[in-house]
This record gives sequence, C-alpha cells and structure tokens, in this order.
Amino acid sequence: MNLSLLLILPLVFSLLVLVVKGQQQVRSVALAAAVAQLGLSIYLLIQFLGERAVNNAAYLFELDHSWYHALKIHYHVGVDGISVAMILLTSFVVLAGVLVSWKQEKLYKEFFFLLLFLSLGAYGFFLSLDVFLMFFFLEVAVIPKFLLIGIWGSGKKEYSALKLALMLMAGSALVFVGLAGLFFNSNVDGEHTFDIVKLAANPLAGDLQRFFFPFAFIGFGIFTALFPFHTWVPDGHSSAPTAASMFLAGISMKLGGYGCLRVATWLMPDAAQHYSTIIIVLACIAILYGAFATMMQTDLKYINAYSSVSHCGFVLLGIGMLTKTSINGAVLQMVSHGLMTALFFAVIGMIYDRTHTRQVSQLGGLLKVMPFISSVFVIAGLCSLGLPGLSGFVAEMTVFMGSWQRAGAFYHTATIVACASIVVTAVYILRAVGSSIMGPIKNNEHLSLSDAGWHEKTAAVVLLAGILIMGIAPFWLTDLINPGTEVLMQKIGSIK
Amino acid sequence: MNYSSYIALIPLLPLAAFVLLGLFGRKYFNQSAGIIATMLLLVAAGLSLYTAYQYFFVNGKVGDAYQSITAVKYTWLTFSENVSIDMGILLDPISVMMLVVVTFVSLMVHIFSLGYMKGEERFATYYAFLGLFTFSMLGLVVSSNLFQIYMFWELVGASSYLLIGYYFQKPSAVAASKKAFIVTRFADLGFLIGILILAFYGESLDFNTIIHNLTTQQSSQFLAITSASFLGVSALTWGLVMVFMGGAGKSAMFPLHIWLPDAMEGPTPVSALIHAATMVVAGVFLVARLFPVFSINSDALTVVTIIGVTSALFAAIIACTQTDIKRVLAYSTMSQIGYMMFALGVSGYGGENARLTDSVGQGLGYTASMFHLFTHAFFKSLLFLGAGAVIHLVHSNEMKDMGGLRKLMPITHISFLIACLAIAGIWPFAGFFSKEEILLAAYNKSMVVYVIALLTSGLTAFYMFRLYFSIFWNKEAAVHDHHHGEGTLSMKLPLILLAVCSVAAGFIHFGNYVSSDGTALASEFHLSFAAAPLALGIGGILLAMWLYKTANDKPERLATALGGLYKAAYKKFYIDELYLFITKKLVFNLIGRPAAWIDKNIIDGLMNGIAAATGWISNLIKTLQSGKVQNYLLYFFGGIAALVIIFIYIWKP
Repeated sequence: MNLSLLLILPLVFSLLVLVVKGQQQVRSVALAAAVAQLGLSIYLLIQFLGERAVNNAAYLFELDHSWYHALKIHYHVGVDGISVAMILLTSFVVLAGVLVSWKQEKLYKEFFFLLLFLSLGAYGFFLSLDVFLMFFFLEVAVIPKFLLIGIWGSGKKEYSALKLALMLMAGSALVFVGLAGLFFNSNVDGEHTFDIVKLAANPLAGDLQRFFFPFAFIGFGIFTALFPFHTWVPDGHSSAPTAASMFLAGISMKLGGYGCLRVATWLMPDAAQHYSTIIIVLACIAILYGAFATMMQTDLKYINAYSSVSHCGFVLLGIGMLTKTSINGAVLQMVSHGLMTALFFAVIGMIYDRTHTRQVSQLGGLLKVMPFISSVFVIAGLCSLGLPGLSGFVAEMTVFMGSWQRAGAFYHTATIVACASIVVTAVYILRAVGSSIMGPIKNNEHLSLSDAGWHEKTAAVVLLAGILIMGIAPFWLTDLINPGTEVLMQKIGSIK
Repeated sequence: MNYSSYIALIPLLPLAAFVLLGLFGRKYFNQSAGIIATMLLLVAAGLSLYTAYQYFFVNGKVGDAYQSITAVKYTWLTFSENVSIDMGILLDPISVMMLVVVTFVSLMVHIFSLGYMKGEERFATYYAFLGLFTFSMLGLVVSSNLFQIYMFWELVGASSYLLIGYYFQKPSAVAASKKAFIVTRFADLGFLIGILILAFYGESLDFNTIIHNLTTQQSSQFLAITSASFLGVSALTWGLVMVFMGGAGKSAMFPLHIWLPDAMEGPTPVSALIHAATMVVAGVFLVARLFPVFSINSDALTVVTIIGVTSALFAAIIACTQTDIKRVLAYSTMSQIGYMMFALGVSGYGGENARLTDSVGQGLGYTASMFHLFTHAFFKSLLFLGAGAVIHLVHSNEMKDMGGLRKLMPITHISFLIACLAIAGIWPFAGFFSKEEILLAAYNKSMVVYVIALLTSGLTAFYMFRLYFSIFWNKEAAVHDHHHGEGTLSMKLPLILLAVCSVAAGFIHFGNYVSSDGTALASEFHLSFAAAPLALGIGGILLAMWLYKTANDKPERLATALGGLYKAAYKKFYIDELYLFITKKLVFNLIGRPAAWIDKNIIDGLMNGIAAATGWISNLIKTLQSGKVQNYLLYFFGGIAALVIIFIYIWKP
C-alpha cells in the first residue's frame, strides 16, 4: 500500500476540521478521521503480513523521493514490524483521545485540529526512513503539545507547558547534533546521507559513534523520560487536558523510545554496546526510583505520570540490554504502556470531570456510583501491575527474560532490581484503587454522579480491546516485531 | 476418549461463567447468576471426575508407572529458540488429583453460596469472580510450563484480591485485600527470579524438559547450574529457594503468612474455597511439581522442611488463643499446610516401599504430603462452610456470641464434628491416615521434625475442639430464631457431601495412585506407631472438653497463668506490628518519601536551575544587543583598546 496515505489522511481531515462549522460537525469529522486512521492502520497490518510472507526485505512499501536536494533530504518512508506496531498503537490512542474529548467546548475547532495534527507527526515519525524527515515529524509532534497544555490545560499550565516545551526542545537540539554528526560523517559512495537504510549499512567509525551516540540517545531519551531528564513528565501530564495526556504518555513518550532504538541504537550499534552499562543503570534508577516516587503521590495524574517514568524505564532497559528478546520486550512495552497509560489518563479524566478532584484522599467508594469507570480503572491498574492476560505482563516479562539472557553478574543484578519494581507497583496501584475506587464514599455529593456516557465507554473499550488482544494473544505481535529486531541483532552479533 | 478432545473445557467452562456474568451479569442475570455458574461448574466437575477415572483406572498407567501426558500444548509467547511460554495441559497423578479437588470443592462452594449469598446486591459479580478464580486455579494445576504456572499463579492472586475485597465499602476488607496481594506479590518476586535462574540454566520453561535437563547428571545444563554460585551457594539452590519463596508466600508459610488471617474478611464460602482448600496449597503443589529437581538438592529441601515445620507449630500455638472462629481456622490452615510442606522437605524421590527402618531416600513424604493436601481440602472446606452457616445464623465471627448451637443446627453440628475429628487425626477419619503417613515420613528422616509434628498434632486437636465446644456447647444458645435455622437445602447439601468425603477419603490407598515417580508406593499401617499421635489427639480433645464444654472461668485462669506467652500468642507474636514497622516506617519514610522529595527538589530543581541559569545568562547577554548605538560604539572602542593592550603587552610571539 501507499504509505503516504497515512500522512494524507490526517492532513486532509485536520484541514477539514478547520473548514466545517459547529461543535457537532467538528467532532464528527475528527471522529471520522480517527476511525479512518484505525481502519487504515489495520489495513496496513494486513497488507504488511501478506507482503512479508512473499518479500523478506527489511522494509516494505518503501517510497523514496528527493525532497530538498541541496541537503540530500529525502522523503523516504517504509515500514518494518516495529513501525507497524507503533502505527497501530497510535491509531488506537488517537481514536480513544477523540472520543474522550467529545464534550470539548472551549475552542473545540482548534483543539481537534491540533489533535489530528499531532497524529500526523506521530505517523510521519514512525514511517520515516530518513533521519532528517524523522526529525521534522518529531518537531511537528512537539509544538501542538505546547499549545494543548498551555491553552486547554489546568493547574499551573503555563509553567508546565513551558517546561515541557523547553525540555523537549533541548532533547530535539541534542538529537539534531546527533543526526548532523551522522550526516556529515557518513560516506556512502562518496556522499553524505540522511538515509537510515544506507546509514545502517555503512555505520560510522567506532570513535565517531561513541561521540555522537550520547547526543542522539539522550535527546530521544528525554522524550521517553530518561532519568534524570524526566521531570517534564509529571508536571506536563498533570496540567494537560485528558486527550493531551493520553497522547503525551501514549504516543509522544514512544517517539523517544522508538528514536532511541531506530536512530541511536540502530545506526550506532557499537556505541550502544559501549554505553550499554550506563543506559542500564539509568534505566534501573528510573524504574525503581520512579516507582518509589509514585508511591508518595496523592494526585491520580501524578501517580500515573510517575508510574510512566517507571514503566518507560523498561523500554530503556530492554534497549540497553541489547539481546533480541529484551529489544522485543522494549517494543512490546512501548505498545503496552501506550495503550495502558492512555486508558489510565482517560479514566482519570472521566473521574475528574465528575468529581472535580484528582486527590486520592477526597475520592472513595466510586465503584458504587460509577461501576463502569471504576471497573476500567481497576483493570488499567491491574495491567499496570502486570497481571497476566493484560498487555503489561507480556511486555514486562519479555524484558525480564531478555535482560536475564545477558550473562554476567551486573546484568543479572540489574534485572533483579528491575523485577523488584513489580512489588512497588502493586503497592501504589492498590493504594490508589483502594482509597479512590473502593472504601466508603467520602463525599456525599458523589452519590449523585453518573457513570460513563457512550463516547467514554467506547473510548475505554477501544483501548481495553488493544490491551486484551495483546495480553491474551501476544504471539502475533512478537511475530510481527521479531524480524525487525533480527535485522538489528545481526549487527550486535557479539552478544547472545 | 482422547483427553485433548475435551480436557480444555474443564478450565474454560468456569472462564465462560466469568466472562458471561462479568459482562452481562448485573443487567441480565442478577437472579440466575448462581444457577448458571453452578451448572457450568457441575459439567466441569463431571469432566474432571471422568478424567480421573480414565487416568487412574483406564489408560494412565504404562507398565507399572503413571505417565505424564501433555494433552494440549501450544506456544503462547516465544522468548528465544528454546525458551517460550506454552499454554498446555499436563496430566499426571498430582494434576489429575488437583482437578478433582478444585472442581469438587468449587462446586460445593458454588452450591453453598446459592443460599449464603442470596440477596447480595453484587450477586452476579460474586459468581463471576468465583468463575475467574476456578479457571485460574485449574489453569495453575494443569500447567505444563514454568511460566504458565506463574501466570495462573498471579491470576489466582488477583481473583483472591477481588474476592477478599468483595465487600469493598468496608475499610477492613479493602486493607485485607491489599495486604494479601502485596505480601504474595513480594513472594512472587522471588518466584520470578527463581524462574529466571532455572530457565537461564535449564534452557527451557517446559516442566518436563527443564526437569530432565536439571536432573540429568551429565547434561551441560546440570553442570552449569551446579557449578555457578553466588555468595557460596549454588545457582540451583538459589533458583529452587527463590521458587519456594513464591510458594511460601502463596501458602502463607512463616514469615510470609500475615495476609492469610486478614483474608478472612472475604465472604466465608470464598475462604473455604480459596483460603483453605485450593489456592493456599498452591505452594505445596509447586514444590511437588518441581520435586524431582528439589529432591537432588538437599539444601533447598532443608529450607522447605524448616519453614514447614516452623509454620506448623507457630500457627498451631496462635490458633489456641484466637477468638474469631474464622481466624482460628485460618491459623489451622497455615499449620496444616506446614505439615504438607515439611512432608515434602523430608521426602526422597522414588522408592518402592517405605518401611519404619528406612532412614533415607524414600518418597513416602511426597505421597503423604499430597494425601494430606487431598484430605485436608475436604475437611477444611467443610469447617469453613460450617463456620459460614454458623455466622449466617448468629451474625458474628466471635466465639463469645456463640454457644449451644447444636440443637439449632444439627446437620452443621454433626458435619463440623466430623471435620474436627478428621483434622485432629482420629481414626477412622481421613486426617488420621494422611497425618499418620506424614509423621512416619518425618520419623524416618529427622527426630526433631517428628517430635514437633507430634506436638503440633496434639495442639491441633486441642484448638479444634476448643472451637467446637465453644460454638456448639458451652452455654445456652443466645439465638432463638428457629425458622431461620441452618439455612436452605443448598447450604446443607455441601456440608453433608463434604462430611462423607472427610470420612471416605482416608480409605483410598493413595500411594497406589500418587507418588513421586509414578509407581505404586505401598504404605503400611503400624498400630504401635499410631498410638502416640492418637493418644495426644485424644488428650487434646479431653483437655478442650474440660475447659470449654460448659461455661466456666478455667480458660481465663489458664490464660492469666500463662501470662506473657498467652498474650504474645494472642497478639500473633507481633509479626504484623513488625511488618507494619518495616513498611510504614522504613520503606515509606526512608525510601519513598526521600525519592519523591529528591525528585521534586533536587532533580527538578536542577532542571529549573538550568532554565534559570539560561535565563540569567541571556539577561546578561541581551544588554549586549540593546540596539543602542552608543553602547555598540563603546564596545567597539573598548574592544580595540583591549586588543591593543593584548598585542602590545601580553601577546609576545
């Protein structure tokens, strides 16, 4: 199939949103866009599986046009299993995000426009096979977030929006240094190139890799809450409107993880091995320290934001461990965490819309008054603490198994440290569930609250479906991802 | 009939009940939920019995050994070439036995709950959760893969969490459900690490393969795992002890037992199913499943023995002092599981027959442990359901609110008495036979273990009859609500059936069917050996009778006489307080709070500091570009002056 469709579709619909009039029309167009995206990405999956059965090229459906000849920037897109998985994730989250924003009244036209525009950036990013093009789409995805938080946010939104934008911009700047390094040091038939396929086939010399790898990895790492550059996450998420939180945690943080994998590790595998120890240590700190910090939070959004720091640590750990299984695990964790955290933010938003508080101490007994929302909250919680049958378990266990495969006391210790987080996660999740969903009703005004409306129910069901499909039948997803990982592993052959 | 054609239905039928009632129960089946779930489980129980018949009497045996049959297996998640999670159904003596136990007890609990839970607002949800639990437990016992068992292990934990917290508006139920999950989660961390170790060296997750790899002395895997060591202990021991940690958590072994008494906050039939007969014995089952590997590692077996025997005695002492009847039963469960655990610990692998004179190497302990698991499931769930019927009548868990109930509830009384005799180990009730085998196995291996076990069996008889006399005798009944009585037929029927099993189960020649290596293990009965435990048991009963049959002040005088010991036991030896101190004071205050503080102030402060520094520097710089020509002129001439000075005075080539 023509991959450009995935870019044209959100673009056309986002322009259409600007043209149509009235809340009903705007949100209908947005919903149509989201449904069409989901349909298109499922179609992509089917086409991809069919094509791969007969074609064992590393990337399928490639398109390559020169975009800006002077700098040799190409519009080069193509997908492997990893990118297909990320595209699927994006379309699930976008659909749910549009649905939970159904009642959006303030500046709804601009709001939905930015949501769709953001999804355009994400699709472009995951499709790109040209580092510069990728960078372009990364920026496309950053700017709308600043506006979404600054305009539609709550609490100390200006501070949070600015903090998020500045830190992500700093990340982008680092990424830019990294890719400039890649470009100017590349030599493919006597020319510089941004092309991922060519760069991967002709990697830089070892010392150059070691010089430029930290720029790219830390730059993308900031997006995925690499310790100690994670502090934009709690403030950013908690100030953002529901849909923006969902996008931020569900998709944006995955741009970082994907970048760490596709650009930093993919193109500079020697350096990835060289820095592996440092990455693992930082990931372990993020995992455990993030989990302990979550334990002390009292605001539901802060709980989920800090737990995202911990959960994204698994992505970095999987990448740092550099075994095939651990990298598969990292990709699975990106998909799983994207779905799960989007669901969490969605239900937190639903609770907040009704009770106007996110403080755990002021909630309580919600299961009695809003059984649907509460049940979804519990399921999201159980997914977060890694209950089998839900996606979190599959991803975490793959990371653990993969990490343990790397022989050596250091790697085993690191794995145990990461494993220990499953206990802390259980503590903070059950505390949140116990005092907000269960227990006696603390505020009598809550007795008259209503349960989820159709759009909220649909949003939850979409994400739950993703979580359950992945949790109950993970084999197809690993089969999808695995060939992509194998391409990388050929370059890291020295580690089992 | 081929097993694979229907066997998967056994776990899937309860799952169907869960899905159906979980999704649509509240709306459409709030009245009929109980009947639907019970019918589905009836079919599952029928299929299990049929499977047991087929396996034990028709085609399970090849030669003179029962075979391990993998009836169903498909790959669920591949990690690497040899290592994958397979969903499978493994049939061997212990899994077939557990199929029967789980479906039968679950069926009894389903039927009992029809009356007991009638009129509950979340009736359908209750049955949905029961279905989820039964599915998970069945999946656990038939697991063919180490990771599969871990998955269902977590699922039974989650369903236990949901059921303990069933009365979710009660803060104590919420706290208990949280505690149960977190304590067992902590133990599961050990289990997970154990899996990682065993899978790493064993190069497989499949039970049969991993057991083969790790018990074949010449295999590369065996050599690797025994030669690798950490802190002077071999990787094999680490792996097994870590796996056992998971088992100890789930089976409420000391010191991970603290969640079980609190778990009694759940509805009583749930306690009968999950916290007496099935889930809590999962730890024993896990050790039995990996027993061929355990049996070649005496260090791990020693750990199992010590933990088991400590738990047995420790819990029995506490049980003597508790006044909440469900808590007495909970501690009794812990004590009995301790029996099963140390029976495995003192066991060897294989062995044709066990004789009194044999000192080592025989598999009697294994058979005895499984036998006790089997009989215990019946009489302990009977005790809980009986307690449930009593609580249903008097609306209290406290002994002081009971007494003299024998006339009001004759069937409950008789069945409860049978169960008490069974657990006390009185001939000819089921507990006598299984406990006898355990004691014999302990006697063969270690005198210390034997003496403690003997002592515990006396204590068991005492506290069970303390319970019995306090409920059914002691004083005149305070309740006179005769037509309420024992409840519906659905509540009486399970009591009768379980009472029958509590007598009949003991007469099964268990060693013929279940043994560590599949071949028949003949167990002999020695009157001389049985005399000591019987005498202690009867002594315990008589003592309880003397103290509690009629209302008097002897128990209080005794408690005062025992002083500190009584108080310590009553306070459960302050283990809960210790845990509370560690978690609340140490983990929260020394790790959690500092982590949150550091993040907010130092890490984020650093980021804000960088931003502030950037702002400060740019403030400085921006005066350089003020747009005022005079300033630029000043900089220009200042620069020239500086350069002149540099060139003339400082820079000398």
